[in-house]
Amino acid sequence: MSSSWPQVGAIARRSIVRTARQPASVIPPLVFPVALMTVNAAGLQASTELPGFPTDSFLAFALAVPFIQGALFSTMNAGTDLARDVQTGFINRLALTALRDWALLVGQLSGIVVLGVVQAVFYLAVGIASGVDFESGPAGIALLLFYAAVVSLSFGALGAWLALRLGSGESIQAMFPVLFVFLFISSMNTPRDLIDVEWFQTAATLNPVSYMIEAVRSLIIEGWNGQALALGFGFTIVIGVISIMLASSALRTRMTRT
Amino acid sequence: MEERANGIEVHGLVREYKKGPRAVDGIDITVAPGEIYGFLGPNGAGKSTTVHVLTTLLPPTAGTARVGGYDVVKEGPKVRSMIGVALQEAALDPLLTGRDHLRLQATLQGVRKHRRKVQADELLIRVGLADAADRKVSGYSGGMKRRLDLALALVHMPRILFLDEPTTGLDPQSRTALWEEVARLRREEGVTVFLTTQYLEEADVLADRVGIIDQGKIVAEGTPAELKAEIGRPSVHAIPRDEQDREKIAAFLAPFGERLDTTRDVAVRLRDGLGLTDIVRAVDANGVDIADLELRAPSLDDVFLAKTGRTLEGAAEETEAR
Repeated sequence: MSSSWPQVGAIARRSIVRTARQPASVIPPLVFPVALMTVNAAGLQASTELPGFPTDSFLAFALAVPFIQGALFSTMNAGTDLARDVQTGFINRLALTALRDWALLVGQLSGIVVLGVVQAVFYLAVGIASGVDFESGPAGIALLLFYAAVVSLSFGALGAWLALRLGSGESIQAMFPVLFVFLFISSMNTPRDLIDVEWFQTAATLNPVSYMIEAVRSLIIEGWNGQALALGFGFTIVIGVISIMLASSALRTRMTRT
Repeated sequence: MEERANGIEVHGLVREYKKGPRAVDGIDITVAPGEIYGFLGPNGAGKSTTVHVLTTLLPPTAGTARVGGYDVVKEGPKVRSMIGVALQEAALDPLLTGRDHLRLQATLQGVRKHRRKVQADELLIRVGLADAADRKVSGYSGGMKRRLDLALALVHMPRILFLDEPTTGLDPQSRTALWEEVARLRREEGVTVFLTTQYLEEADVLADRVGIIDQGKIVAEGTPAELKAEIGRPSVHAIPRDEQDREKIAAFLAPFGERLDTTRDVAVRLRDGLGLTDIVRAVDANGVDIADLELRAPSLDDVFLAKTGRTLEGAAEETEAR
């Protein structure tokens, strides 16, 4: 197994280099979530006056969203890249080498995780520059970056599974709005207990993305909230484990070799 | 043992696709170590499917195949360690440079770290891409992509090389350069080459032996000279000055041999003992108006025609129509 680590590194490097050479894959995951957060923070500041709203800064409240939204963006891009490898036959080139199946998947996901953490550092920098205080302190920031890596890994595995299952970049792009719906039907703009519309509150409660956002948010505006962190990590890990299993199975089917 | 280890042995190989035709239908092939074997046939004949099976990308439906002494079904990783492969589509990453590709491939093939850079630099020089090494592949021409593809196939110094239609779509200069490199690999490094092609000239120039495949079956096999000798007799091709004289010329040539199915000219395969001079004398005596008259030695296309009743070009069109 030890001889496979250079292969993992090579695949991860390719994933990062590819993304870095496509401005269209780098800029939107950085700019759009921050732009959306800025617009929401400006327009929804009055929400903080609602009784029971957990902070007086909507920017601090909303800062959690880019971490999840950005991971979703980059994951879709990475999935699209992998699907293109299937379409163009590049995966056959990989299959003809000594590359092990797991090393391809781990390498691909490692690249996504690195990019996910770079994005998270950017959002963090934007937040700090905008005057947001991190209630959980430096340790919370470190945990936040670690969580960003875990979220990228989970969403990355989901993107990889879709890519290997569908085998077409266009299909992955078509899935993007579907996944985005999960973001909007969540507690991204309002705490769940303050959502007044019953069906929306139910949907947000059933939606795992709500707990991911709340885990990040708790580190920013609350400090250390064990329950929020446990739920956030729990859902993320469950999604990750299921996605990795599905992606591994799809890879075995897609990367056929004797 | 070392000699045997570089060869290819295929017995009764069958590959069926679900709900599809039998793409490969019980073929037997033996390629000796250090030999260039040309696998000739029209599109859809089963060439690429055979390559996919021999390179472990597809399991066979029946039959056995050993590459480099290893069974392609039971010993896939060992087979892959022995072979270099350039598939029909040069699947390259447009965002990576030529050097990026070589380093990636070298790492994935397990080339030792201290050798990777040296190996990449050597190969880039050898395939004439040193100047373009740090350019993204999206800016490469078709010929450059093919050359990079060949370099990638060679990065771990394989003993057996599979080239699936390596010159399709290349300009004559790039084609010749690739032929020279393949010939050098065999001559200087003793690499065994399994080369599929639909170009007669390519098989004729490069291959020590040729297998002709049509509709999944091998219809002829031997050295190009042996195969052409099987046909034996040359053909005479006459181009009428006036297209309306076509049938008249055909009738005139009929006594000299059996008519060939050609579109551009009127042609007959000469009967034994007859030559161009016999025809020229007859033309002179009969006053037939012919723009051009040519004697052609048998070609591999003639072999294909004799074995299948179709020309290679015609067979390709039939396949596309299906």
